[in-house]
Parts: sequence; C-alpha cells; structure tokens
Amino acid sequence: MMMQMVSRRIGIGFAVLIVVSIIVFIMTSILPGDVAQIVLGQSATPETLAALRAELGMDQPGYVRYFRWLGDMFSGDLGTSKAGGASISSLIGGRLGNTMMMAGLVALISIPISIALGLWTAMHPGTWLDRIVTFGTLSLISVPEFFVATILVLILAVELHWLPSTAYLTGNENFFELMRALAMPLITLVIVISAQMIRMTRAGILNVMNSPYIEMAILKGVPRKRIILRHALFNAIGPIVNVIALNLAYLVSGVVIVETIFAYPGLAKLMIDGVQTRDLPLVQACAMIFCSTYVVLILLADVASILSNPRLRQPK
Amino acid sequence: MTEASTSKEQEVLAKLDNFDELPDAPPKRSIRLSWVGKISMAIVVFWFVIVAIGPYIAPHHEMDMDGDDSFLNAHSNEYGTYFLGTDHLGRDTLSRIMYGARNTIGISLVATLLAYLIGITLGIMAAVKGGWIDMITSRINDAILALPSIMLGLIAIAALGSSIPILIGTATIIYATSVFRIARALGQDIMVQDFVEAAKARGEGVWWIIKSEVLPNAAMPLATDFGLRLVFVVLFISSLSFLGLGVQPPASDWGSMVRENLQGLTYRSYAAIWPAFAIASFTIAINLIVDDISAKSGGSLAKKMV
Repeated sequence: MMMQMVSRRIGIGFAVLIVVSIIVFIMTSILPGDVAQIVLGQSATPETLAALRAELGMDQPGYVRYFRWLGDMFSGDLGTSKAGGASISSLIGGRLGNTMMMAGLVALISIPISIALGLWTAMHPGTWLDRIVTFGTLSLISVPEFFVATILVLILAVELHWLPSTAYLTGNENFFELMRALAMPLITLVIVISAQMIRMTRAGILNVMNSPYIEMAILKGVPRKRIILRHALFNAIGPIVNVIALNLAYLVSGVVIVETIFAYPGLAKLMIDGVQTRDLPLVQACAMIFCSTYVVLILLADVASILSNPRLRQPK
Repeated sequence: MTEASTSKEQEVLAKLDNFDELPDAPPKRSIRLSWVGKISMAIVVFWFVIVAIGPYIAPHHEMDMDGDDSFLNAHSNEYGTYFLGTDHLGRDTLSRIMYGARNTIGISLVATLLAYLIGITLGIMAAVKGGWIDMITSRINDAILALPSIMLGLIAIAALGSSIPILIGTATIIYATSVFRIARALGQDIMVQDFVEAAKARGEGVWWIIKSEVLPNAAMPLATDFGLRLVFVVLFISSLSFLGLGVQPPASDWGSMVRENLQGLTYRSYAAIWPAFAIASFTIAINLIVDDISAKSGGSLAKKMV
C-alpha cells in the first residue's frame, strides 16, 4: 500500500521532470523565434542565415531538436555559452558548488532554529513572545527578500561595520575569511526561510493539537508540555519534514535575489547574467538545474508525508 | 378588492422584496476589522490614492535631475524641497516613489485582475463541465505549478526581453494557475450541494447555475484570496525589477529604485531604504487585513496561507 503510493509518486515526479524539460525547451528554443536572425541581425544574407541555422540545428523540426538537446544534457554536454563560447559545464562547475554550499549552510542553521521556535510558540500560544514571533514572521514573509537584505546591509555593514556588504569569493580564503564573506547572504536567507518554517511548524503542531486524542490527553490531566513532546510532536514529524523540504524548494527564489545583491559567485548569479545578456543556452542549463532541484525537493516532501502517515503503513 | 387588502398585499410584497427579512435569509456579511486591520486598510487606501494622483501632486518630475547632488539627504534648493533626499542621479526620491507606485502597484494590480479573470473562468468551467476540459486544463495547470515562479519569469524574460506587457503577461499566466486551482476546488464543492441539484432538477441552464449559484458562493473566499495573490504579484514584479529585469530605467519603480541606490548605503544615503519601506508597508498591510478577515471567518484561510 505505502510502497505502491511512494513508487506512484516517484513515477509522477519523473513525468513532471519531463514536462518541465519540455516547458523550458519550448520557452527558450521555440518562443524567441529565429535565433540565427537574432544573432546575425538585419544585415544577414540568406546564405549565412541558412549556414548558421544548419550549424545550430535549427533546420530540424522542433521535436528532433528537443530529443537531441535532452540526450546531450543526459550525457553531460550542456552546450556552449553564446558569450565567449566557453562550454557551459565549465562555467557551471564551481558555481554550482558555491550555491550548494550556501543552501546547505542555510538549511543547517535554519532548520533547528525554526523547529525550536515553532514548537515553543505552539506550546505557549497567546503569550507576548508568541505574538511577537507571529507578527514578525508574517511581516517577514510579506516583504521581498531584497528588503531584508537591504536593511541588514544598512545595519550590519554600514552602521556597525561588522560585516562586508559583498560576498565575493576569490577561492583561496581560509575558513574564517570564508565564513565572514558568507555571513551576510547566510543571515538574510536564514531569516527569510526561518520565517516561513516557523509559521508552518507552529500551524502544523496546533493542527495536531485539535485532534480528539489530544483532547483525551488534556481531559486525563496530562501536563501541556508532556502532551506536546510525547503526543503531538511525533504526529507532527511528518508535516514538519514536509515543511522542511518545501522550504528548501523555496530557497530557489531566495538564492536568486541574495546572490545578486551580495555579488556571490553562485549559479543563480550566473543565470541572471545570462538572462541580462540573453544567453539562451546558459539560461536553459541553469533553469533545468534549478527546476529539477525544485521538483525533486517537492517530491521528497510528498514522499515524506506519505511515509509518516501510519494509516498507510498497514494494508487494508 | 378593497383598499385595505391591497395595501396589505403591498406590505407583504415589500417584505418579500427585502430579502434579509425572510426567516431563512443568510446572515449579513459585515466585516469588522480590528484596529490593526483598520490601520492596514488606511495604508492600502493611501497607496491606491497615490497610484491614482501621485504624478499630479509629486513635487518634482520623476526624471528631473535638479537635486544638488546624488545621494543627499533631505535638503532644498531653488527648485524646491527634497523631503526624502536625492537618488543616484540627483533626482527627488519622494517624487520617484509617487510616480513608481503606478508601476509597482499598477502593473501588479492589472496582472492580478487578469489572472483572476482567466483563473476563475477556466477554474469554474473545469469544475462545472468536468470531463476532458477539466482533464486538459488541470494537467496544464499542474505543469506550470511545478516550476518556481521566479524561474518561469527569468526564462520568459530571457526568451522575449523585458517590457511592461511581457511582465504583465508572465505574472498573469503564473498566478492564474493558483487562482485556477482554488476556483476549481470551490466550484467542485459547490456543484455537489443540494441547491445546485435542485436547480438542475428545475431545468436551469449551465450559465444560470454558474451565475446564480456558483459565483455568489465562491465570491467571499476568492475575494480574500485576491489580497494574498496581489502580495505575491507585487513581490514577483518588484523582485524582477530589483534584478534589473523588470521595469526598465528611466521609469521609476520601487524594486529598481532599491537596486539603483544600493551603493548609496555606503554614503549613509537612505535612497534605497524608502522605496523598500514603501513595498513593505503595502504588502504587510494587505497581509494583515487578510489575516484579520480570515481570523474572523473561522481561520480556514489563515491556515491555508502559512
């Protein structure tokens, strides 16, 4: 029963990945029209146009180009960048590592903070700290990421001179220098992501608290602390794992803004530069990496919530 | 027929006209906001007024570079006073915020309205008609929802370039998907209610059922959701502008104003902070209103948004 549902969900995940690749391909290869014309401009002769089209494979029908592109991607050939003609795999290489490092650190810091604060506020609803946290997190999820980043630069970099306002990496920093350079983007992302996670954790636990067996425990006279830690928390683990995976997926959009504002040499910055110069092969490759990560994380969130549902553990 | 009975008849008819006095009339929907909600409502109304008349009451033109220098704080010269100082090109920050409201809030509002129009039309149609129409629209919807919105925005701008119509179109398509999902779910709930069965049994047409039964019952939840959706669109548009991919200079827009003036922070200039506060005040105020309303209506929406 449960394994069936999980494998079914993974199957759907694969189907979604295929659909995502089709959407990305259509938007970047079919939608812009004749790429050869864009590259060569108005002065192009019909012969040079035809030659470039043949070179780019544009004379083939759309589906042939799609399958060739997909095949190339699976064999690790992401194409060549329009700017400078460097291979995209070499451009992405180190950048991807930088972005993964940032995302990993954000997850490492924000998950314990969020679960602790979410639990605490769910255990003490209506207290002044709960109200401050609820109002603060609502405000934080309402504002753009760059608002948080700008305020942090003003306070921590300009007024207090504690941290640098950019996160540029040269590649030969020691550990301390690296942490100092990463501090501003890390703090920004941790604040933005934690706000979401605290709200969702709190709501998840309060949701469990409404169930009949908790009412039973309250009527038996079990202390509130014990109810939450022994009864509610275990049933809330599924929703909380779900929340974590969902929020790591939300990191995708946070990373785009934060890498740009702090000039951090990550994959998102590379993609934004690609969008600005309309370097479509580069945008295509970066978009596929981000979108597949997103789809896989959402998939993990769903699988986690299936696995944590005890009702599905026994076949009926 | 005597005169007395006619007047009595009229009285009864008048009572029947007054729907609320019927014994089984639905309770009046009145929304009482808390004081937080009232302040938030005042802020939102204030920004809508600025959208309407901002450019006419702004002290300077958005592109006039007559401030004494770039990144100055509040000062005055022979051209007037610069209450919030000047930006990176010596333009008046206050005036640019007033002009920019039109781009930031205006574009978002148009895109949200269009998203609602498309989302509700298709969503209700999918719910009412079912079958292959529901199947196709739902699958397309799932495909678009499977991508992060900022990625879709970036890909669309890379492919088509950035202009206001493209921004509106992209935001409309992305956010119509979530409206579709909600409208379809609401529509499906309503379609299985007894009063719809009764209307079908009476032989009412599809359009009559949609117009008289489905839309009035879906209106309130959709209206509350409109606020949330508008916040998401404002954040989406201003984030793209902040990345330099949204509203293009020299037009003013809150997101791009933050970007342009970031380096001014080092000179203790607040030119980047004011437009950031403008966005924050608008989006936080809308969320607080929605929170207030949904807390009063049973909290089901409050749960959905966290």
